[in-house]
Order: sequence, then structure tokens, then C-alpha cells
Amino acid sequence: MRTIIRGGRVVDPASGRDEVADVAIAGDRIVAIGEKAAAFEADRVIDASGLVVAPGLVDLAARLREPGQEHEGMLESELQAAAAGGVTSLVCLPDTDPVLDEPGLVEMLKFRARKLSRCRVFPLGALTRRLEGQVLTEMVELTEAGCIGFSQVDVPVPDTQVLLRAMQYAATHGLAVWLRPQDAWLGKGVAASGAVATRLGLSGVPVAAETIALHMLFELVRVTGVRLHLCRLSSAAGVALLRAAKAEGLPVTADVSINSLHLTDVDIGFFDADMRLTPPLRQGGDRDALRAALADGTIDALVSDHNPVAEDMKNLPFGEAEPGATGLELLLALALRWGADQGQPLAKTLSRVTCDPVRVLGDALGSLASSAGRLVEGGVADVCLFDPEADWAVTPDQLCSQGKHTPFAFRSTGMALRGRVRTTMVAGTIAFDRR
Amino acid sequence: MLARRNPQLNAHGELIHLLSIEGLPRAVVTQILDTASTFLSVNDREVKKVPLLRGKSVFNLFFENSTRTRTTFEIAAKRLSADVINLDIAKSSASKGESLLDTIANLSAMHADMFVVRHSESGAPYLIARHCAPHVHVVNAGDGRHAHPTQGLLDMYTIRHYKRDFTQLSVAVVGDIVHSRVARSDIHGLSILGVPDIRAVGPKTLVPGDLREMGVRVCHDMAEGIRGADVIIMLRLQNERMSGALLPSAGEFFKSYGLTPEKLALAKPDAIVMHPGPINRGVEIDSAVADGRQSVILPQVTFGIAVRMAVMSTIAGNQA
Repeated sequence: MRTIIRGGRVVDPASGRDEVADVAIAGDRIVAIGEKAAAFEADRVIDASGLVVAPGLVDLAARLREPGQEHEGMLESELQAAAAGGVTSLVCLPDTDPVLDEPGLVEMLKFRARKLSRCRVFPLGALTRRLEGQVLTEMVELTEAGCIGFSQVDVPVPDTQVLLRAMQYAATHGLAVWLRPQDAWLGKGVAASGAVATRLGLSGVPVAAETIALHMLFELVRVTGVRLHLCRLSSAAGVALLRAAKAEGLPVTADVSINSLHLTDVDIGFFDADMRLTPPLRQGGDRDALRAALADGTIDALVSDHNPVAEDMKNLPFGEAEPGATGLELLLALALRWGADQGQPLAKTLSRVTCDPVRVLGDALGSLASSAGRLVEGGVADVCLFDPEADWAVTPDQLCSQGKHTPFAFRSTGMALRGRVRTTMVAGTIAFDRR
Repeated sequence: MLARRNPQLNAHGELIHLLSIEGLPRAVVTQILDTASTFLSVNDREVKKVPLLRGKSVFNLFFENSTRTRTTFEIAAKRLSADVINLDIAKSSASKGESLLDTIANLSAMHADMFVVRHSESGAPYLIARHCAPHVHVVNAGDGRHAHPTQGLLDMYTIRHYKRDFTQLSVAVVGDIVHSRVARSDIHGLSILGVPDIRAVGPKTLVPGDLREMGVRVCHDMAEGIRGADVIIMLRLQNERMSGALLPSAGEFFKSYGLTPEKLALAKPDAIVMHPGPINRGVEIDSAVADGRQSVILPQVTFGIAVRMAVMSTIAGNQA
């Protein structure tokens, strides 16, 4: 199949290209952009006038809920949600049932995802067996099966001896470790410590739960030299520690979720379980610091932290409700909102959900590393076409994801989101088309 | 984000549920206290009943055990002529795995008019109020650490009874404030009624600095906390506080923060001593104080019935 995307505003954050141009695609590759595309003979023409033609989005944190949690989400529905959100590559998390700690499970997941051809799926493997924090997983074999890094997700390893050895072992083989900085004991509350948690009588997670973990992790990086990606930073104090660690030259990167970027604990209101999130929403000063850190590059990537949660698990008292929110379909619009608030160029905004997360993934992407998250001639044709002016209300029936709960639902915010995906292409094939 | 309406008030600002004292207009609080004083005389009559809730079904839903609070609600509802159904959910459906909202849906199908809810999770009554039929009223009888609004109101009633004017008072709340729904409700009630000096007294493990955000003065020294106070509210210290590394022992707590006659002497000579009960003698309060002339612990219980009657009759009279 030969496709030409005509008349769109082509924005490639990695090269800085931002101009109206045509994009020619043959098979799974972009073959020409701009004048060189003029003579291209296409089987299919996509009219992109008024649209932005961007690289497909790369989301470093999305739960697909398979295997084992199909009542909350299925590969079909969640990868459809990814495509509807313009996401062409995503990193899924190992806290499934069973946990992704065996090569066979990872191969099966990759195989099923490939067959659906909606979105490229890059699993994180479990750092320890069953995420129990005791025994290392077969990281080399898991990597051969397709894992791009190793994580504990939301289960901290309390035993520092085990953590040290896991990092040493990963470093031996040049593998990356992805951890959310959270102290095993201080992190047990259901809302961020502060005035809101105190007033509502909710158990609190102090900022120290994050900063203590960061101090420890940075020290272990110094000792082991392991490549560390920090997941879901939540506090201003955490940002300051990360900035110092990067200045020191430690091999660390970090992401922040769309939730922490836009919301604060005040949004919990009258115990709204849609605001029950991990990490918990913190205060305005934290949110401002996270937004600034994402803008200046201290935080490398913006993630959806997509986590479909069943209705039953949200219709519970706040503390008992399952943390998480659907996010794949909101990532683009919430990135754009942040960008508009910052008053920054579109290319810079998009970089945090395209080429910057690809840089975080690095060599783990293999041959894709040079062109995923970019629009380059000869590169893979993973493309997201979106209407930057389209306003839409987030309502459950609008979402492809099986998870219908989001803090950004129209019924709680009364606000529309701006910016909506029209067409998503993965490897030159249309994965989603709204028209 | 949208400013959401306080779910316990209807569009006219009238009380349809009682979920928390926080955010109530002063006039609503005062009206409940005034109504309670008219009910106080009912309790002294030979026939202790008024027909305000005749034909209505009040369900006591206690997801957490409590004999005392449940009994006072039962008495209050019966004196309003309601039919009262007591459900110890802690021992029935929840243990069979039925969800909270399924339980509520089932009981609603039995034509309940009012739910009196106690639950171990902060905010549970809000969830119930959001999901029950519009004609059903919800009274929070204690949710987690969040609120115990009828206790708070009866404490306000007690203070008004003995002290009249709130705007000149110093009130000390002493003990395990961080885990106390009573303390939170008292603090909101005192603020709404204009008390200028509210002190939260206890060790840093039980009285964190965040409490300042609620408009209280945090005191870690007992003498400083109760000196010159008009009202001292002692809180019950739960036994499980010893296990979570919050306190070393009940004995050491008593030594620092237990209310003894010597410490009480630091307060105003006419200070009153309150306690939501049940009291732990020798843990937070000395028997000589609990049984002494300044103690109003038993009158609190009496006022509690009138206040709960006032709350139930008020919300039953307002429509969503």
C-alpha cells in the first residue's frame, strides 16, 4: 500500500520541522516528506488540511490488564484505546495476573498484541519473581522475549540487599530498571499528606515517602551504575532531587502522569473515587514544579498512566476504591493543554510524548530506536493525525477503553478537552480512523 | 474543576443529609441546636414521643460495631415515632461479600426513609448519599477518621448550655486527634460558631502540624494547651494506638496528657470537662475528674438524644 498524507501541518519534534507538507508512505516506511513527495504515486490519499501530522505517540506507562484481569481491560479494547489516542507505541506494566516474570507470558502478550496490529507493545518485565521483592527474574531471557526493562510497578522492594543485587545484575547486562520512588512503609496511605487528607480523615502519604526512596535509589545508581528510569514523580521535592541527580551526571530519566500534571488533592472534593490515584495527587506547588520540570526537560516524558478500573472497584468508599484512571485516549489532549498553559511551541509539547520517551527507551527498542517517535524519511510510518482545534467532552460512551473512569470526565470537570485524534497509522497501516 | 455543591444541602441550602459539620451555614447549626432544646423536654414527659417521623422507617446501618451510638440513634428515632430497624452489617452481608452499594440497593427496596450509617472508611456515607433514592436521607453516625457530626453537634449543644456565648471561649481538644472523627467534627462546629481559640493538644504522633490548616492552635505541651481554657474535650485513646508505634504505653500517655485534678486546675475555675465516651479511666482521664463537679460527660449523653432527634426531624422535613 502506498499512501500520501496531503496538506497537513507536519510537526516533527526531533528535527524541529513544523511546516505544511505532504508525507509519502510506502509499505511500513515513510519514503518522502515535502517537495520530494510531490511526484509520489499513491493508492490512497489522506486529506490532512487543517490537521497536524505528528509522529505516533509513545506512552511509557499503560496497563492493558492482560493476562488475568480481563474484567478490567482486554488487549482488544485497550489497544483500540491506544490507537484512538494516537498512541503507536506503549510500555505495559508487569503487575498482571500472573505477573510478567516468565518469558512465555511475555512472548504470548507480544504475539497477541502483534496480531491485533493496533499499537506496538513493549512490556516491562518484573524485576523480582511475582513482584515479591525476594528472587530475581530471568532478566536476560525476558529481554530476549521482548521486555524493554524491569520494574516493580507499585510494589517497593523493602529489602535493600535484594534491590542492590537486582540493580547490579541488570547493570551487568546493560538492562534498565524502572522504579516508582516510594518508601515501602511511608507510602501506605490513600491520599497525599496535607490539609485535604487531614480534613477528610484520609491516611496520608508524606512527600518523604518519595524523597527517601529517591535518595536511596540515587545512591544505588552511584554504586551499581545501573540505568534507572523513575516512574510517576509526584512532588516538588522529588523534582529537586532529580534535577540534582541529573546535574551530577547519573544515568537517570523520569516521567510524570497526566493526572499529577493537571490535578491536585483539592480535586478529591467530597471523596470522589475517580481521584483515587497512585501516586496520590499532591498540592498546587507540587503540580507547578512538575509542570516546570517537564518543560525544562528535567522530567523527560509525559505518560498516560492508563489503568482501566471496573465500575465495581470505583463504587467504593475512597480508601477502598482501586487506584487508577483511564488515560490512553486523553494523553494527547492533556499534553496539548499543558503546552498551551506553558505557552510553548507545539513541537516542544509533542516531544514529551514522542521522541523524548523514545530516548528513554534507548537501545531497548532495537532497530526502531532511530525512527520511532519521529517523522523521518526511511523511518517507520507510525503517524498520528489530529485536529488541534477540535473540542470534545470526555464521556464514558466516547471511550474505547474498558476503563470509563477518569478525573477529566465531563461530568466532574464540566470542561471540554481540546485536540482530538483523527487517524492513527502504525507501520503504514491505518489502526484508527475517526471519519 | 467544577465547584461541586455540598451534597448534604439541597438547591435551597436546606439540610437533606447530615454527612459532616464542615461547610454547614451557621444558621443551620443554630437551628438544629434550637430544635434540640425543644426536644429536651420531650425526654422528661411521661409519654416520651412526638409523631414527627410516624410511619417512617429508619435503618441503623452499622458496618462497624457500636452499641452506644446505635442505641442513642434508636432511642431518638423511636421518640420521633419512627420504625427502627437495626442492622449489624459487620456481622452479616459484608462478611458474605456483598458490596456496600448492593446492601444499600437491597435496603432501599425495603422502602427505607432514612439510613443512619457508621462505617470504618472515611467518606462512605457520601457514597451512600450519592447512590440512594432521592427521598432517602442519610445521617453519618461516624465514618473512619472523617466525621461524627451528631457527636459534634451534641458537643456544641453542651457547650452552649453551659457557656452561652461561643465568641469568647477557649476550647482545648486533647488526645488522639489525628484518628478522631469526633475531634474533626468538634473543630468544624467550634469554628462555625465563632470560637476564637481552639487548641489541639497531644504528642506529634497524634496531633500533626497539618491540623493548623483546620484553624486550630497545635500544642504539644499539656499545660500550655489547657491553661485558661473554658472547655476541655478529652478524646478516647484507642488501645490499638499502642501497636502502631504512635505511643509507647497508656501509662506514659497518661503521665503527659491525662487529665488529672492538678492539670485541670490550670484551666479556668469554671471550665467544663467533656468526653465523647466511653471513657478510659486512668488512660486519658483521672476518675476524680471524670466524676468531679466540672465533668459534664453524662449530660452530654442526655443532650445527645435530643440533638439526634433534631437532626433526624430536620432532614426528614427537607426534600432533595
